[in-house]
Amino acid sequence: MKLAARIALGAVVVAGIGALALHFLLPGELPHDKQVRHANAHTTVIERGEYLARAGDCVACHTDKDGQVFAGGRPMPTPFGNLYAPNITPDDDTGIGRWTADDFYRMMHTGVSRDGSLLYPAMPFASYTKVTRADSDAIFAYLMSVPPVRHPNRPHELHFPFDNRDLLLGWRSLYFREGEYKPDPAQTSEWNRGAYLVQGLGHCAMCHTAINALGGSSESKAFEGGMIPNQNWYAPSLTSNREAGLGDWDIQDIADLLQVGASHRGAVYGPMAEVVYNSLQYLSDEDAKAMAVYLRALPKRDSEPPPTSQARLVDPAVMELGRKVYAQQCAACHGGEGKGQPPAYPPLAGNQSITMLSPVNSIRMVLNGGYAPGTRKNGRPYGMPPFSHILDDNEVAAVVTYIRVAWDNAGTPVTPAQANDLRKLLPE
Amino acid sequence: MSRLRNFALIVPLAWAGAAAAQDAATPSFRDLDSVEARVQGCVTCHGQSGQGTKDGYYPRIAGKPAGYLYNQLVAFRDDERRYPPMNYLVAYLPDAYLHEIADYFAKLRPELVAHPVANPAPELVARGAELATKGDVATGVPACVSCHGASLTGMQPGVPGLTGLRPTYVTAQLTRWRTGDRHAPEPDCMKRVATRLSDPDIAAVTTWLSLQPPPKDLSPEKADIDRMPFACGSQRGAK
Repeated sequence: MKLAARIALGAVVVAGIGALALHFLLPGELPHDKQVRHANAHTTVIERGEYLARAGDCVACHTDKDGQVFAGGRPMPTPFGNLYAPNITPDDDTGIGRWTADDFYRMMHTGVSRDGSLLYPAMPFASYTKVTRADSDAIFAYLMSVPPVRHPNRPHELHFPFDNRDLLLGWRSLYFREGEYKPDPAQTSEWNRGAYLVQGLGHCAMCHTAINALGGSSESKAFEGGMIPNQNWYAPSLTSNREAGLGDWDIQDIADLLQVGASHRGAVYGPMAEVVYNSLQYLSDEDAKAMAVYLRALPKRDSEPPPTSQARLVDPAVMELGRKVYAQQCAACHGGEGKGQPPAYPPLAGNQSITMLSPVNSIRMVLNGGYAPGTRKNGRPYGMPPFSHILDDNEVAAVVTYIRVAWDNAGTPVTPAQANDLRKLLPE
Repeated sequence: MSRLRNFALIVPLAWAGAAAAQDAATPSFRDLDSVEARVQGCVTCHGQSGQGTKDGYYPRIAGKPAGYLYNQLVAFRDDERRYPPMNYLVAYLPDAYLHEIADYFAKLRPELVAHPVANPAPELVARGAELATKGDVATGVPACVSCHGASLTGMQPGVPGLTGLRPTYVTAQLTRWRTGDRHAPEPDCMKRVATRLSDPDIAAVTTWLSLQPPPKDLSPEKADIDRMPFACGSQRGAK
């Protein structure tokens, strides 16, 4: 009896502490300035909002494959279950028609929805928090100007316990730092503009910073690359010279890669092709260059030591098979010496995206081929054919090994098992 | 000894390599700034001239009407027609470029290679001939030739030729159409046809198609909507 009372009392105390903690921890309202702000429907604001919404690539998640623009519904597979991006058209009942510019800014800035619920970090509010109030208002004005679509939101399908949004408090305290971008006075305005776009609307960190088992990414590993969950593409490190580190790139090549989708150093493919197609191709030349300036200046750090010479040893028979396959299938476009014919056919010699630690992207390109995105500056891109039906696992592994170690490339060999694992995936 | 054996191995390998270099499925082109160079992404499956490859399933695309090819490219891009390797390749290509690719392959006339079914049952061939050239009034199936052309080379602007296609491919398409997996803009006339075909009918018509000798003129017939047994959304929409 006494024990039961104690347990009951203990439970009450714990619940009380929990409730108190929730009260203090739950993000509150923004400071009120009393005056209700409405969407600024001035054409120039709407146009600026459209430009910024493109820079933020809202359309990628908030539009389903054959759905109407911004009406939501696109499934986003995550390790925690499927999320469905909501309708962000100005429909009163199913979209954001009843939102105010304040509601919208609070959502962008703090990751808290209009009804007070915490957003899942699939919405990149950890990046969007850096967006200025003026830019947030412009995006809101633009969204309010698109045709409203009546399309009810589909509930998320998350596994227990991730279906409990209150758990996001933990995630937020670990991985979320609220705050608009603060320009660094020691840097140029161009660098600052680039940093604002890369860290904020561009939400590059969503893929280029590794995501851990909790779906978080830590600032100390910013832009160090990682596997993109559920996509099986590797997002290269932007800080390592052995991956997509841009230290020795020309500014113009970086800007071209982002805005054109192809450059003299390489072309985009996989998920990055989608980003360029939906978002980055619409950037102004100035903004593309600003991003390039910032990206190139990212501090260089390599989290892994370079592969040892032991790790780079290749069986001569494998090398010979790789050389043969290369001469037959690859050399017509990429050249006998791997120099390519850029920007049409990218160089393979000295191309970090080939030699980086993870060979996943190279193997997938050999298996499935791929076209660079058709952009405003490159409407007729070149493409690579699939070889999955021509080359067996040994040949795929051999030719990828060959391009990773030939011409002074400092990569490591890959195994037929690695090729086989990726062969089972559907191309996407 | 082992060195000798290696040498003996290398010679046939070199021959195989030389033969394969002339294989139509291997990438090659003349001018870098050309459509030919840009469509190298298509050649390992569809062949350098769109004639298809030795590999069983991939269809001949050369000489099919540009409107049909364009409709398919757009449908693959927008996930209206599902085939993951194609959906992936054309996912981020704009309309104008897909038009250019369609026009390029539509103009090509590579030699047509027949892929006849071996030892076909005579009843099957007879039933196939009946369906293809006369249709079946009882089930409401029109003759293939009424839309796909007297010599089955298709009709401008949106009806594909059926010559030079492998039975595996044609069977798969008819089956997909029947289940609704493949579809076209309404009125979806191929759905109407395919849902009236039984499995034996599909086998019969694909077998008969595979046995037809290549026609002299591989070009599609001119548009003739009046001749068609019923309205087709894809024919109306294609340009």
